[in-house]
Amino acid sequence: MKISSALFCAALVACLASLTARSLPASALPPPRINVEAILGVEQLDGKVRKYPRTLSEYGFFLDRAGRDPAPGVIGYELNTPLYSDGADKLRYIVLPDGAQMKAGEDGGLLDLPVGSAIIKTFAFGEGEDQRYIETRLLLHRADGWLALPYKWNAEQTEATLALVGARENITRPDGTTISYQIPNKNQCKNCHQLNDVVTPIGPKARNLSAAWLDARAVDGRLDTSPALADTVPHWQERAGNPDTAALARGYLDVNCAHCHQPGGSASNSGLDLRWEQDDPHAIGIRKPPVAAGRGAGGHKVSILPGNPDASILVYRMSSTEPGVAMPELGRATNDEAGIAVIRDWIENMEPAL
Amino acid sequence: MIKTAFAAALLATTTLAGATPVQAENHTIAPGEGAAERLQEALILAEPGDTIMLEAGRYALTEGLSLDVEGVTIKGAGMDGDTQSILDFTNQQGAGEGLLVTSDNVTLRDFAVENAKGDGIKSKGADNIIYHALRVEWTAGPKPTNGAYGIYPVESSNVLVQDSYVRGASDAGIYVGQSENIIVRGNRVVENVAGIEIENSNYAEVTDNLATMNTGGILVFDLPGLPRVGGGDVLVARNAVIDNNTDNFAPEGNIVASVPAGTGVMVMANTNVHVTENLLTNNKTSHVMLIAYSQDYSDERYQPRPVDVLVKGNVYGFGGTAPDIPGGKMLAAAVGGKLPPILSDGLAEGLQLMDAVPMLNLNLERVGQPLAEARPDVIMPGSSEMSAPAKSGALAAVVLPAGMEARLQ
Repeated sequence: MKISSALFCAALVACLASLTARSLPASALPPPRINVEAILGVEQLDGKVRKYPRTLSEYGFFLDRAGRDPAPGVIGYELNTPLYSDGADKLRYIVLPDGAQMKAGEDGGLLDLPVGSAIIKTFAFGEGEDQRYIETRLLLHRADGWLALPYKWNAEQTEATLALVGARENITRPDGTTISYQIPNKNQCKNCHQLNDVVTPIGPKARNLSAAWLDARAVDGRLDTSPALADTVPHWQERAGNPDTAALARGYLDVNCAHCHQPGGSASNSGLDLRWEQDDPHAIGIRKPPVAAGRGAGGHKVSILPGNPDASILVYRMSSTEPGVAMPELGRATNDEAGIAVIRDWIENMEPAL
Repeated sequence: MIKTAFAAALLATTTLAGATPVQAENHTIAPGEGAAERLQEALILAEPGDTIMLEAGRYALTEGLSLDVEGVTIKGAGMDGDTQSILDFTNQQGAGEGLLVTSDNVTLRDFAVENAKGDGIKSKGADNIIYHALRVEWTAGPKPTNGAYGIYPVESSNVLVQDSYVRGASDAGIYVGQSENIIVRGNRVVENVAGIEIENSNYAEVTDNLATMNTGGILVFDLPGLPRVGGGDVLVARNAVIDNNTDNFAPEGNIVASVPAGTGVMVMANTNVHVTENLLTNNKTSHVMLIAYSQDYSDERYQPRPVDVLVKGNVYGFGGTAPDIPGGKMLAAAVGGKLPPILSDGLAEGLQLMDAVPMLNLNLERVGQPLAEARPDVIMPGSSEMSAPAKSGALAAVVLPAGMEARLQ
């Protein structure tokens, strides 16, 4: 967190620096150019159409080949509660077409990014000098909808190349453990990023973004309005001092599970709806029997049994790394102990009458 | 020359129309070094109408495969025998199923899926899908650690599952859920908990299948609390349902974990189900079981009883000798050593039993009443209790969209 904040600051400084550069007279170097055509998948300046650009650098999102310095116009952001990805640090950015605005809905939900936008998320392990980028995932808003593409960084950390079929990489985490980290393939990106069979962003929801960030975007004209309903999902990093376990748990489930477990999501047939706004106890799993869990049920009869985390399928599946049992199905090789602790605490203290 | 011009014209059209394919292509994948990556890449880069050919041999896969392109055919060299294409997931490290299909008009045929960690082949929201001559198998036989479903189409319209073989699923071999317009025909399901299960679905034909050595042969269910409830209009006909006595090996918590070993055909919470012209023999609990959903539920849309079930023209062999239900032994002893071929909990509405065999009626009076309160008696054929006035005639035949069955040629 510290590291990514530091990087974020560095990015801001770089932005400011380049803003200054942009205001220099015409004799200076031309500003770097974000390759809008690559985002859109249309004819590029070289006359070619590349549906799936082969390298990350082709987009011009970063000033350096190492992808550390965002280009002007690349806006960093963070989420109150992030998705768990084996403890990877994440660097998140949004790119909007020149002069375009995001729209904030009234429900605290997903910001609406216009065609020509991109969302960039780099996954990194290690601190300071030792930080290594593993992959950068892109969501590109094209005329025919969003497209999700994964890019894998090379060992030299000089280039990220398209990994349509994904990859696995052995990674040593800060705690010294080595894991088999999975870079998802293009279809697996969609598996989480789809709603009613259409690819969609997940992360940038007003409820899960800081009010300060949203205000700043509204002030600088990149967001139509500062949404009234914002910043309601608790800040995960500050969970130790937050007595509202239910809000922490529901925020966690919203971010980590609800992209599939909602009507129209990849796990809609389960009938489980873990969205933040869902308040029907049965829909969020309380005393709800499984449908197609198979051995994922682990011998338990309901998703959540109030007062008894050890008899709750939700906890059982979060606490496994075995394919066929583990939930989420994709995107983690390790258990999120902090997340499990919060969910256990929530179920433990749930009114038995529920 | 003309050909070239034609191709050019096609190409021009394509450019204008966007994603329309120039022409369908075949992509052949061979097993061996890098096969998993080559196969997944082909599945991602395929254009609508393309065929991915799997050459004979064994494909060692460590990741789940997925297909999200419309109109693609995956075709192997065979599901068994000397020339077969096997997708081997024994060392799978990730994903919830072996192969996941999320696009319409897909044909899967002539290959095998072995030892997937989760489900074998799942298709979700994939309309007009064909599963043909596939083998999905957990090769060590029945184990609770096997995946739940072998062939698993869900939330789809127009589903054809034909001439396939599933063994070892810890839930259902062939499971069609929350779907409509379904044909499951000519398959063999062996040593699964449920051989074939039609759940929360409408307009289904389950015909000409062999269900043997499962815990239960063929189940027609509806469960509450799902996006789609109100299953019905299901024909179960001309199946051989034989020797389904395997101990229930489903992990507890799942609804099929409550299916007694020795169940032939079970209808629970469904409307307008016809069980006709099946051969049922050597099922030790009951050949045909008609029951209500017995757990608590709060779904107002839900109909927990079996309603308008027709049982007619079936052939019944030996069975009912060791009923796997609480008090089953005593019950059998009390009614002459074995249970009659048909078992009802007494909660069915509009039951039409046209076969000349007796029925055991547990005479429960309300949904959710414990079995301990049953007042069993045997109803002899011809009794008015066995045949309500017919509410409906024959079920309308399930007709798949034009051209769908032609894809099997």
